[in-house]
Amino acid sequence: MKKFTLLVFLFAAILLASCGPAATATPAPTAVPPTATMVPPTDTPVPSTATPAPRTLTVFAAASLTGSFTEIGKDFEAANPGVTANFNFAGAQVLSTQIIQGAAADVFASANHTYMDNLVTANLVAQGTPKDFVTNVLEVILPPNNPANLQTLQDLAKPGLKLILEDKSVPAGTYSLQILDNLSKDATYGADFKTKVLANVASYETDVKGVVAKVQLGEGDAGIVYVTDAIAAPTLKTIVIPTNFNVVAKYPIAALTKAPQPDLASAFVAYVLSADGQAIMKKWGFTTVTP
Amino acid sequence: MRRLFRRLSINNNPGWVFIFPSLGLILLLGLPLLALVWRAIGKDFFSNALSPTSLTALKLSLVTSTSTVLVAIATGTPLAYILARWKFRGKNALELLVDLPVVLPPSVAGLALLIAFGRTGVFGAWLNSIGITLPFTTVAVVMAQTFVSAPLFVGAAREGFAAIDEQIEEAALVEGANEWQVFRFIMAPLAGRAFLAGLILTWTRALGEFGATILFAGNLIGKTQTMPLAIYLGFETNLGVAIALSVMLMVVSIVLLGLMRRLERRSNVDTHPE
Repeated sequence: MKKFTLLVFLFAAILLASCGPAATATPAPTAVPPTATMVPPTDTPVPSTATPAPRTLTVFAAASLTGSFTEIGKDFEAANPGVTANFNFAGAQVLSTQIIQGAAADVFASANHTYMDNLVTANLVAQGTPKDFVTNVLEVILPPNNPANLQTLQDLAKPGLKLILEDKSVPAGTYSLQILDNLSKDATYGADFKTKVLANVASYETDVKGVVAKVQLGEGDAGIVYVTDAIAAPTLKTIVIPTNFNVVAKYPIAALTKAPQPDLASAFVAYVLSADGQAIMKKWGFTTVTP
Repeated sequence: MRRLFRRLSINNNPGWVFIFPSLGLILLLGLPLLALVWRAIGKDFFSNALSPTSLTALKLSLVTSTSTVLVAIATGTPLAYILARWKFRGKNALELLVDLPVVLPPSVAGLALLIAFGRTGVFGAWLNSIGITLPFTTVAVVMAQTFVSAPLFVGAAREGFAAIDEQIEEAALVEGANEWQVFRFIMAPLAGRAFLAGLILTWTRALGEFGATILFAGNLIGKTQTMPLAIYLGFETNLGVAIALSVMLMVVSIVLLGLMRRLERRSNVDTHPE
């Protein structure tokens, strides 16, 4: 019998443990409804400093927004007592699928328009509400010691190189392929430049963070990521991609129509677009839309 | 079914104590898989399932998981024997080392492999200097799979060996057999059933490996993109392909489980002639 109790206890512990991380990803049930309205009125006047009922805002944001949105989230929490801002950072393609499959999120911030448009088509974002809040460009990153001794963009075609890119389903992956197309149209690089570069790809990662991590560890000789990712990892060396070949990634943000916390959702979007929010985005290397 | 109802109807036999809690788990296990198959049925299923991406991933998954199983048998069997029969200092630590990967998250396994055997890793830097680079290769996939799944084989085989009556071995030793002969002709055949159970676990676990693979081996079609990775990427772009791949993986797993169970039954008949 003792054994049985122990087993039950163990099982419960396992269940609890396995529920933990999932709950942070889609914390729909944990989003506490405003209980304040249910509290019966008391005779004693409520002091104005009373902390409001705790509420949770859930933001699904592209992996490249990890640093900047974490900081914005802290400011947003400070400005709105009782509010906890939870973030789910992943490839925009994963987030958009999760939302379409019913994940309870309040805000979606994407690294391209395609995945935002998918949500508009699915009526999960109201037509016309997505707003571009920053733009970003891409850059080649190299490990701190630059093991393959790469100096120019041409060097990416050197045979035997280990290049790390994002999968083409990831916005940054699509942008990287566009950049390689642009370079291949130029006579200095040659029409077969893209083919040669792609022959060097060792892995197509599922988000930009994967690319940065593998280049930072020195497992890859080079990677193509957003300028902001390179800024966030200052030990990396970089090769600038000239503007005429580069791609400008536009980041749209929108509150979701099925947001469990609609007022917090629009407040967060407004904060990102405000002067304060934009200043933080600029600090993290993004080009702001409203200068 | 009728038996189920009969059990429910008898008052002094509270069968529901067993049935209702079980039902919760059965639904949790069954419904998602059922939903997957339900969604997969459609005219696109075969074009999705037989797309080059999914066939390449299937082939790579079968090749790597089979290699993993072979490595697990070759290295895990002697290790299981040592753990079951030998007594030595540090045995507890060794047992812990073998059990640890089973409870570690695969992402930890992948990171550990990368830090150890990556190009700039603790041991990888030396390997690299003699011309061996492991990350982003099919070998890395097998290493990741072996790391997370071989301990399951060792565990099962160890229990199999431990369950054998030591008197049988002693008798053989008295008759003049050496330790290898005891292992080869007595222990191994008697532990056959445990071996097969371990094989099933290892093979299916290897087939499903995702976290350690993506970290240590990356994702490249035909080289390191196994079925679970292809499913994750399909999930991102085309849910239809992901669902078709998932159903295929399920079918492959069912076939493997079925095959192993049959073998298991037959080996029982062989080792325990009535």
